[in-house]
Amino acid sequence: MANRRQSVALGILLAPVTLFLGVFFLLPLGIIALFSVLTPGLYGGVEWAFYHWNYGRIFGWADGIIEIYEPIYLQILLRSLSFAALTVILTLILCYPVAFWVSRLSERWRLVFMFLITLPFFSSLIVRLYAWLLILKPSGLLNAALLALGIVDVPLEILYTPTAVVLGMVYVMVPFMFLPLYSAVDNLDRSQIEASLDLGANRVQTFVKVVLPQTLPGIMGGAVIVFIPSVGNFVVPDVLGGAKGLMIGNLVEQQFLSSRNWPFGSALSMIIMAVVLTVLLISVTRARKAGGHA
Amino acid sequence: MAPLLEIREARRSFVTPEGGRLAALDGVNLDVGANEFVTLLGPSGCGKTTLLRAISGFESLDSGTMRLDGADLTALPPFRRPVNTVFQSYALFGHMSVARNVGYALEVAGVARATREAQVAEVLEKVGLAGMGARRPGQLSGGQRQRVALARSIIAKPRLLLLDEPLSALDRNLRQQMQLELKSLQHALGIAFIFVTHDQEEALTMSDRIVVMRSGQIEQIGTPREIYRHPRNRFVAEFIGETNLFPVTIDRVEGAEALARTAEGVEMRLPGKDRRPGEQVTAILRPADFTLGGAGIPGRVTRAVYLGSDLYLFVQPLAGGPEIRVIARDGAGFDEGAAVHLAHDPARVHVLEAA
Ligand SMILES: Nc1ncnc2c1ncn2[C@@H]1O[C@H](COP(=O)(O)OP(=O)(O)OP(=O)(O)O)[C@@H](O)[C@H]1O
Ligand SMILES: [Mg+2]
Repeated sequence: MANRRQSVALGILLAPVTLFLGVFFLLPLGIIALFSVLTPGLYGGVEWAFYHWNYGRIFGWADGIIEIYEPIYLQILLRSLSFAALTVILTLILCYPVAFWVSRLSERWRLVFMFLITLPFFSSLIVRLYAWLLILKPSGLLNAALLALGIVDVPLEILYTPTAVVLGMVYVMVPFMFLPLYSAVDNLDRSQIEASLDLGANRVQTFVKVVLPQTLPGIMGGAVIVFIPSVGNFVVPDVLGGAKGLMIGNLVEQQFLSSRNWPFGSALSMIIMAVVLTVLLISVTRARKAGGHA
Repeated sequence: MAPLLEIREARRSFVTPEGGRLAALDGVNLDVGANEFVTLLGPSGCGKTTLLRAISGFESLDSGTMRLDGADLTALPPFRRPVNTVFQSYALFGHMSVARNVGYALEVAGVARATREAQVAEVLEKVGLAGMGARRPGQLSGGQRQRVALARSIIAKPRLLLLDEPLSALDRNLRQQMQLELKSLQHALGIAFIFVTHDQEEALTMSDRIVVMRSGQIEQIGTPREIYRHPRNRFVAEFIGETNLFPVTIDRVEGAEALARTAEGVEMRLPGKDRRPGEQVTAILRPADFTLGGAGIPGRVTRAVYLGSDLYLFVQPLAGGPEIRVIARDGAGFDEGAAVHLAHDPARVHVLEAA
């Protein structure tokens, strides 16, 4: 009885959010999924006929008559994945030691640092990326400094390269990696570290056997939060990447805006989503496995 | 024989948030013999944990020396010291099974898996956790966790085991059971224990020697009997067990006995050795040192607390002064308001030189 009344109450409470997500989240997703198997209209839009060549163009069953298979799409997908993975690794390497350092600061300096790390959220991403453009361009700040110091003779060509894209993504994603990492590090049970040292484990052993496993949830959380938006990112490559820095997000953008091929853009989106879902699924099941033992 | 652990003039002070300096260890000298059960006892904040952490290597000393088996300890990091600790919070590794927790010291020392597993099983058996190796610490009761912490810290056979209030999280029954088990385990293992407790009863029942500390200094070191019967000063007397303190002036000395009286006029007899008339001293008598009979200090029972086989009485001396606490056999009819006489054996009076 009580149980049933509870579930009714829960249903009523959850109804608005369910409705909202249903309309504004699942519906567009359904439309994209549907579009991805429809025929592109001659002047944009879709024609309501089944059409599998959108995927054929990407995965290689296009026959070269109706649509042409281009391996470049898979290459760009692969590139996006590797850029995203690189971004995860670099932000992790950057943030992990800093998280330890910050957790040892006094209350006051910790707050100052937290404010600084969230500061970028207060300003526009585009503006910040253009600032990077000014830094990285051949006559920019970085090269001026390197030349003045005599470290290089000719300006480095960083702008419009994959390096610039990864650099930009690392810059954008650092706060997203830092926050979950910091929370994991801050919640570390220090007495366990002492227990490990006390039992004869040296610092490296203690790190590998106690600190790392304890902060693993934070690492996984940060990795997922950084990886997912990085795979589909199109703003950073738009501003800082040239042709070699193009990512799959840019392809989608092109298809919807300049090429006006919505079904093909939808097919590309579906692939990004499939990748992201796979990553999420793996991390969730792994986290569940780890949690199940604890 | 040289002691196992030798601490000389250990000093450690902390800067307090208020800006002052606080001496957590203020010239501590302590020897611990191999296979000895030593208890650190003292009020909160007196430096017990700091002393343990200095021995285990998690706190450095400002000055002083520490030797274990004659070898200097102070320069060694915690993981090189043949000393293990049972932490108050247990500090079990939550992401590892009980067996891996217990075998951790062997694992990091590079002991082969088969040997390790055999030893883990043996130690788990010893602490009464046979067959629980596959569990996670989160799946154990408080008492079981306590045993895992203990098993984990003895598996590598340290020379010295440090225990910081290991029993304080357990309920009374479990606590008493663990006291006995710890004591017999210590005997069986032949490891020296330094045990921290707040609980003077625990200290009295378990220790070979008790170290009473106050404000970073050692007030007295002795066997439980010495500490209880012959406290060196008022602080120790009052900290260990129930005490009646009588500031008295010696009236006269008659052979082996001295006659003394308090300012209010309560009269009592003390051992006469070294006493001189007119001298002011403090006489100490435990509640169980009195017998109720026809002679002795006249008084009136103000409160009687039933303790089972005994009665705990508060007796107001007719002459005045503070109430005297007395333990008497139940059944004698000492109700509140009853007139009684408190007699005592002069030989059982402990005398502190200072009044
Ligand atoms: N890291 C530290 N920084 C500043 N002061 C400290 C630090 N560690 C201990 N102290 C101070 O040193 C004194 C001794 O502390 P310690 O923890 O050794 O006491 P304790 O005898 O173990 O007390 P308890 O019985 O409450 O556990 C206390 O006054 C404490 O406030
Ligand atoms: Mg303490």
